[in-house]
Order: sequence, then structure tokens, then C-alpha cells
Amino acid sequence: MNAPAAFELADNARTLRFSGTMTLAHLGTLPHRLDDLEASPERIDIAPVERMDTVGAWLVHRIARDFDIPVDGANADQAHLLEQIAAADQPLKVHPDTTPSFHHMLDQAGAAVIRAGTTLIGLVGFFGACLVTSATMLIHPRRIRWHALSRQFEVVGVDALGIIGLMSFLIGIVIAQQGAIQLRQFGAEVFTINLVGRLTLRELGVLMTAIMVAGRSGSAFAAQLGSMKLAEEVDAMRTIGVAPMEALVMPRVIAAFWMMPLLAFYSAMVGLVGGGLFCWFSLGIPPITFVSRLREVVPMTDLWQGLLKAPVFGLIIAIAGCFQGLQVEGNAEAVGLRTTAAVVQSIFLVIVLDAFFAVFFASIGWI
Amino acid sequence: MKPPRTRPGDGDVVICVRGLTNRFGEQVIHDKLELDVKQGEILGVVGGSGTGKSVLMRSIIGLQTPEDGDVQVFGESMIGREDHEARNIRRRWGVLFQGGALFTTLTVAENVQVPIREYFPQIEQDLLDQIAAYKVTMTGLPPDAAPKYPSELSGGMKKRAGLARSLALDPELLFLDEPTAGLDPIGAAAFDALIHSLKETLGLTVFLITHDLDTLHAICDRVAVLADKRVVAVGTIPELLALDHPWIQEYFNGPRGRAAQDAAERELGQDPAEDLKRRRAAMESAGGDSAVRDTGA
Repeated sequence: MNAPAAFELADNARTLRFSGTMTLAHLGTLPHRLDDLEASPERIDIAPVERMDTVGAWLVHRIARDFDIPVDGANADQAHLLEQIAAADQPLKVHPDTTPSFHHMLDQAGAAVIRAGTTLIGLVGFFGACLVTSATMLIHPRRIRWHALSRQFEVVGVDALGIIGLMSFLIGIVIAQQGAIQLRQFGAEVFTINLVGRLTLRELGVLMTAIMVAGRSGSAFAAQLGSMKLAEEVDAMRTIGVAPMEALVMPRVIAAFWMMPLLAFYSAMVGLVGGGLFCWFSLGIPPITFVSRLREVVPMTDLWQGLLKAPVFGLIIAIAGCFQGLQVEGNAEAVGLRTTAAVVQSIFLVIVLDAFFAVFFASIGWI
Repeated sequence: MKPPRTRPGDGDVVICVRGLTNRFGEQVIHDKLELDVKQGEILGVVGGSGTGKSVLMRSIIGLQTPEDGDVQVFGESMIGREDHEARNIRRRWGVLFQGGALFTTLTVAENVQVPIREYFPQIEQDLLDQIAAYKVTMTGLPPDAAPKYPSELSGGMKKRAGLARSLALDPELLFLDEPTAGLDPIGAAAFDALIHSLKETLGLTVFLITHDLDTLHAICDRVAVLADKRVVAVGTIPELLALDHPWIQEYFNGPRGRAAQDAAERELGQDPAEDLKRRRAAMESAGGDSAVRDTGA
């Protein structure tokens, strides 16, 4: 239907004559062939051109500019278009400056160190601010937002029961099953009960709960506060005279602090049920034996360990989430980045602290 | 594709909406809405908040499947079309979303090149860069904007960059969703002049959603009024003023409507050359729109 764009040299190679449809869709290899042009024409004729869009006009303009030659045969519209294109032809940098990859690497490493340092200082500062706020709230109990607090208790604690229960139940079964396979080789299957009992109460109950709370609530804290910050809600609060630390941060921190031990205990219990059921159905150990054996081999200190670690983990998760949320600035992308950072940081800190706790409890003889 | 320039009033209908019905749950947005957009015109679409201006645009460009009715663009029905079938139609239009909707991981120049790469992968990088460069200049962005990322741009510059991307394939039809919202008055006037000039240069048909009364007076050939879940009137502003629909009267004869009208009349009374000079000065101080050099008024 449309003749493709083409050109020819006429008039002893003095005239470069374009023809056909000079539009983006019909260019074909024209730009390539133009680049290979070896003649040096003295004028351009575009009279046979049927149609021209800005790209076609650009190609004509480029030749005219490079050889400094006139363009003939344009109708009024084409002349107008060429004029516009000529006006838009300005030296322009299209690509961002690239730095050598070695410099880039150094640059990134340095930026990461600075970022890590400022985040750490910021987190410690934020922890301090939380302590100060809780002190003032203790002195003036009327400033505690009971409504927000009970709402957070529900969101962080009650709403998490389903998923944490399911997860712990399955983890209990997996530990019992894997343990049983290994212990069977020594004919010591009955020690599966030791494994399940001690592991869920000391470590797994609280650790898995912390990871789940970080993923569920820590990320939600960061995203909620982040989007509130973006929508200037936090600023509005401040101008009205409501302290964001009291109204937004403290209810979340307190809720996580109190809910974590409860959830961890619940998780350990459900884990034991899962392990117990596996022992019953797969190893033939009846529940009554399972429970009495548990009482013999699991010291009370295992439970205390789990319950002591839990509120600390809750505190870390809530502080990391709220801190990152309040750091959000600029655009919606920052909310995503900060939410990710909140989850990564809180899980990382939880695991590091768990290692410290393990060493500490071992050295005070709670083995 | 069609010739680079077409005059308004050619009469061909580019967009044809018939019996369009949109509903979100219980809420009816459009009820048997009808609208025609003619070739080579700038059609302004106005209406109160929540009357479904953006939903109408989304229905036309196929982002929203209407409950009932038919939408034809370039004579082809857009309803229920597979993506690969609609490609040939999509190639012929450009869309500027409210916030610019630039791809944040790409620079402005790369954003402009995305549609060209998608449809014409054989174009070489060198030519792509040149195309991006003149498009960026044409939309009045400063020369250093091309290698920047969207996060480094102001709201007005994002809109210009979005416009540059929507013009990448030299479309015949341009959809603009509130192009001047959030711009300062000088920037908004420059944007109006830019759209008008592009329409003159490239022979565009423009579907323009706006709240800006000055834009309506300055560049729109016709205005469609959305109210009562349908298009209650389409026409030039004097034609609309002759109607006694309460919303239209309130809209164009309210204090702001009056002011914009007076401003438009004052401009009409002026010597065109004088006016052009004034506009150009305003634009240059607003960010150097070299592309509007000759067409401003």
C-alpha cells in the first residue's frame, strides 16, 4: 500500500532525492544505507516523498545539516515539520555519565558502610527515644493511648494465632520426623521426645514466632508509618500537637513487647502437640508417655529461656519496623525499600541476639 | 499512519463511543454514554470530581473493560480485543497519565525509546539516541534532563517527559489526563502552548481531560461535559454557554469560569504578533520551550 522510504542520487550525484513514505514504520534499512552514503550531494529533493513524520524529517534534517545543503521540494506541512525539527536539534547528552567499574565498586562499598553506620546510630537513637517516651508515659499514664494499644494487641497477637499455630504444628512434626529417622539408626527413637521438647521450648518456638512476627507485623509497621509519612499524616499530627512517638510508635512497640512471649509460648505448645502426635501415630508412643517423658527431660529453664528472649525479640522487631517506617521520604518506592529493610534488619538482629542469648544462658548454667 | 499535518474539521471520527456503561459494584459511573472525537481536534473533557473522566479514558484505551457498549478507535472496536490484535492500534496513539507514569528504573531518554524499541527493534542505538534527543527538546525539557532518572525530576518535568514518551511513535491520537494539574500557572500556560503547537506540527487529535478552565479556553476546539453519568453536551465554549444545564452554567459562569473567559477574550483582542511574543517570553522563562517558537498562538 505504502511505498517504503527510499533515496537515490540524481543529477550526477549532486541531488539526493528521497521518495516513498518517510515514517518510522516504513524506514526499513534507510538509516543504515544513509550512513553508508559516500557521495557529497549539493541539494536534497523531497518532492516525491508521500508522507513524512518526525523521524523522517529528522533523517532529512540530519543530512542537510551534516553536508550544509538546502532542502527543496517540501510542501508547506513538510517545511513546517522540518523547521520544528531543526529547532529541536540541540546538542544533548542522552546517557548518564558512567564511572569506571572499579570506582563504582568502591563508591558503592563506601556508601554501604556509611548507610550501615547511620542506620545503626539511628536505631540506637530511636531506641533511646522509645525509652524516654515510655518513661514520660509511666509518669503521665493518661497519655497512654489505650484504644490504639488494644487495637495493636489484636493485630499483632490475636490475628497471628492462626498462621503461627499452623506453622508451629508443622515444625513440631518435621522435627520429630527428622529426629526419629536419625535416632532410629541407634535404636534410640525415644529420644525424639527430648529433641522435640527441648528444641521447641528453647529455640524454635520463639525464633520461628519472631520471624513470623517480623514478616507479618514488622513489615506492616514500616509500610503503615511509611505511607502515613508520605501522605504528610505524621506532619499533620505534629502540627496538631500529637506526638507521633506516643500515638504511633509506642502502641506498636508495647504490643510487640507483650505479645511476643505469649505467641512464643503458644507456638511452643502447638509445636509440642505436633511432635507428640507424630510420636503417637508414627512411633507408637502414647501421649501419656510423651507427656511424662517431657516432664523428666525438659528442665524448667528451657521454658524460661524462651519466654525471656521473646519480649526482647518483639522489641527489636517493633523498633526496626517503626524506625524504618519513619525514615520514608520522597516517593512510594521508598516505602517498599524501607519495608524490606525493616524485615531484613529485624530478622538479622533477632538471630544475632539469639546467638548471644545462647552463649549467655550456657554460661549461667541453663543448659 | 497518516500525513503529518491535518487541519481541524476534517470530520473523520477517530474515537466513537456508543452506549458505554461502567459500574463499580453498586455505583454506576457511566450509563449509556455516547461521544465522538473528530480527527485533528483537541477535545476537552470536563466534569466534576468522580464523574468518571479517567474511567472514560481508561475504557477507550482498553485498560478498563466496560460492562456494556462499544468503543471504536480508528474505526476498530476496542472491546474484547486480544492484546496482540490491539497492538497495531496502540501503536497509533500515545497516552500521558496524570503523574507521567515514567518507568522509574530508566532514564528519561530510555523512557522515550521504550515504545520505539518495542515496535521497531531494527532501529539502531545511534538513531534511537538522536530521536530521544529531539523529542526531549521538542517537549521543552532542559538539555540536561535526558540522562536523568524520573526521581530527579520535578512534577512538571515528569509530565513533559511523559509527553515525550507518548509522542515517541509519532502518534495520530494523544490522550492527556490532566496535563496541567499541579503545574504553576506559567508552566501550565507553556504546556498548553506546547500541546497546541504539537497538534499543529504533527496533526494530532487530542483527547484532553482537564479541570483547567484556562486550558479549555486556550486550546480546546470542542469541550465535552460529563455529568449525570453521560456526556450532557459537546460543543465550543460559546455553544455550551448557550445551554441552561445547571452544572455547565455553574462551571463556566462561576467566578473562576468568568475570570478564565475574560482572560481568553483579552487575548483574542490583542495583536496576534504581540501575543505570540508575550507567550514566547513566558515560555522561555518557564524552561525554554524552543519547540513552540513559531506556533504559540
